[in-house]
Amino acid sequence: MYFNFNFYKYRKIAFVFSFLLMILSIFLFFKKNLNLGIDFKGGVMVEAKFLSEPSLLELRNNVSSFIDGNIEIQEFGEPTTVLFRIEKNSDEENEQKMIVAKLKDSLPENVDYRRVEFVGPKVGKELQIMGLKAILYSLIAMFIYIWFRFSGWQFGLGAVFALFHDVFSTLGFFALTQIEFNLASIAAILTIAGYSINDTVVVFDRIRENLVKTEIPFSELLNKSINQTLSRTIMTSLTTLLALLALFIFGGEVIKGFVSAMMWGVLVGTYSSIFIASPLIILFGFVREKKS
Amino acid sequence: MLEISKWKFFIVLSVCILGIYFLVPNFYNKTEVTGLPDYISKKQVNLGLDLQGGSHLLLEVDTRAVLKERSEYLVDELRSILRKNKIKYTNLGSKVKGAIVTITDQNKLQEALIIVRKGVENGIIVNSDKNKLTLSFSDQYIIDTNNQTVEQSIEVVRKRVDESGTKEPTIQKQGEDRIIVQLPGIKDPERVKSLIGRTAKLNFHLLDPTTVELAEQRGKLPPGTFKVQNADPTAYEKQFVVKKRVLLTGDRLVNAAATVDAQSGKYVVAFEFDRKGAKKFAKVTTENTYQRLAILLDDKVISAPQIREPITGGSGNISGNFSPETANDLAVLLRAGSLPAPIKVLEERTVGPSLGEDSIKAGKKALKIGFVLVIIFMMIRYRLFGMIADLAIILNIVLLVSLLSLIEATLTMPGIAGIVLTIGMAVDANVLVFERIKEELKSGRSIMNSIDLGYKFAVKTILDANFTTLIAALLLFNYGSGPIKGFAVTLSIGIVTSMFTALVLTKLLVTIWIVKFKPNKIFL
Repeated sequence: MYFNFNFYKYRKIAFVFSFLLMILSIFLFFKKNLNLGIDFKGGVMVEAKFLSEPSLLELRNNVSSFIDGNIEIQEFGEPTTVLFRIEKNSDEENEQKMIVAKLKDSLPENVDYRRVEFVGPKVGKELQIMGLKAILYSLIAMFIYIWFRFSGWQFGLGAVFALFHDVFSTLGFFALTQIEFNLASIAAILTIAGYSINDTVVVFDRIRENLVKTEIPFSELLNKSINQTLSRTIMTSLTTLLALLALFIFGGEVIKGFVSAMMWGVLVGTYSSIFIASPLIILFGFVREKKS
Repeated sequence: MLEISKWKFFIVLSVCILGIYFLVPNFYNKTEVTGLPDYISKKQVNLGLDLQGGSHLLLEVDTRAVLKERSEYLVDELRSILRKNKIKYTNLGSKVKGAIVTITDQNKLQEALIIVRKGVENGIIVNSDKNKLTLSFSDQYIIDTNNQTVEQSIEVVRKRVDESGTKEPTIQKQGEDRIIVQLPGIKDPERVKSLIGRTAKLNFHLLDPTTVELAEQRGKLPPGTFKVQNADPTAYEKQFVVKKRVLLTGDRLVNAAATVDAQSGKYVVAFEFDRKGAKKFAKVTTENTYQRLAILLDDKVISAPQIREPITGGSGNISGNFSPETANDLAVLLRAGSLPAPIKVLEERTVGPSLGEDSIKAGKKALKIGFVLVIIFMMIRYRLFGMIADLAIILNIVLLVSLLSLIEATLTMPGIAGIVLTIGMAVDANVLVFERIKEELKSGRSIMNSIDLGYKFAVKTILDANFTTLIAALLLFNYGSGPIKGFAVTLSIGIVTSMFTALVLTKLLVTIWIVKFKPNKIFL
């Protein structure tokens, strides 16, 4: 497969598309909010498997009669399995333990408790800070790395823009789908960030190599570099997506949210390295030095 | 130029053998592996709590409680020092971290200062201000006390967990005042948790003959007594009037066990004091025969028996309304001793065994299917080179798992996701090389030349590209907790092994093939 697409020509459409995507993501992020899990908000989560399919409505009425606070009850993976999420803004850790005990008392004896988690408000806040730190520091570390690795600030900035593009749109993805945002989501975002830069670096490396080898105009050189690496970009994205697909279908309910975010990240990361990162170099005013 | 270097061949071969050597123990379960011959490695990948089921608890030790206790103790000490030296004082009391007293006779202030300084522990700063003496704990004293409190708490928690029969628990200190407890594969986490959280302070008092009803009629309690709840809310006597003086504490116990009382046929907890405790117990029971003893556990009465005769042997029974379990739990608590400070559970994550099993099954299935899909895909796309890349993927998994075993890492569900993801991404390095070779061929170079150049050009890109993912993985490892750490570990090791397999193993295989068969056409 040899490619000869004129990617550079579509840069304006891509910029507009990405701009809208960013606006939409930010809008969703603030309007719909992230569906923060108990990791960050504090609260109680119980996954219970019933012998026969329970009525969610009945459960909800029953539970809300003795627990005040935000209660979420949903089917989890299969009809007999129910996920309870109870959020209670209380600084008293013991109260949450009481909630678990009360909930267990209200359910039939033969229920199989597959997961019982509770995170106190103190730890929730700490985990929030920890997650933010992890994302922030890794973005800074990657930024510094790209800065040093590619002479010419236009390269560095292009890659960083693409990176932010991918991270923001993933946050938008979380807000849109209302997939629970928990510690695993932080891991997904960081992996996506790594993958996004990985993809960008491969294209940039080729641009750099071609800069030394050929004399063609820069926009043409850009196209050539993207086309030369396109086979690899597609192959790697496909194999990664294949592996993720297997995880999504067979990996179980617990990591489904994590995997779907990763799949989105791979798609958007591949797109951004082709249509955003590279054209931005020109937009930022990179001019190749004339060889004397 | 392409050539098969002997030492490279040797390195790859030994890495493969080592990989398989460290992989093998994982095919056996924990008990089988200990029975293997000595020359086989015993190191295995541990399953995380989310895969084998179990409880993760984050506890916080209330260190302030101990400082408060010490402050109160300091007041007592101060009182006895001043009395002994006949220095008059007023307004003696404790403060947040220390004590304060007013010396009545201004002229004695200097003398009091010197005597008190000599009399109290090191690490307590004594200062005078006008006619007041202030005693405060130094920063170092506070740090040492807190450390000691946490260390002691860990010891007690460990004893209790061990006594409860939990296999291979992990109990670690985290930060300044926190303890992480991991209890793999326990059936009844609630029971162990209630064991861990109890302070279990056992105190022996005397019961005041005044009944609660009588005290209420009079409108006040007799001097030197206090009202205490019965630990068993269903009992006939709901409350007791108990004398404040502590006769004996649980610290003096050397043994405790749940047994059945021969006379009543009920469950009791038999206990035994050390020599000092036995002497004291004998004295108390001799002086107070026919009175009632009040045995308090965490400020609630668990038993209030009458002393029928002096007990000189240093042992006795606590009878209460016990079931076999509660009697056993109390015995465990008494044997392990009391916590120096109250403990609060900040975070708890319990995974039931059924979810753990399901997760392992699901993880294995996803791993197999993802693996097969990628393998077939590579074979279709690159034919012979695809098969070579597939060999690299297989070795990649072998090396990944063997390295995880070598460091005895903990495999979690996100960790399995990391392995599956690594399979997808591991081909990247190979793909980069293959595509580069293809380009070089297209530009008219010879097969040998193209392969040589393909590897040369791709190496730089591969190193560059993987470095950023490695940064993300390492930061995740640093900031993540539990399962996420597992993901970070598999991802970072996976990146390193995938670079090795692509740049060393496949290169060697491709080289061998070219040199041996000298093909004049290759399909890529």
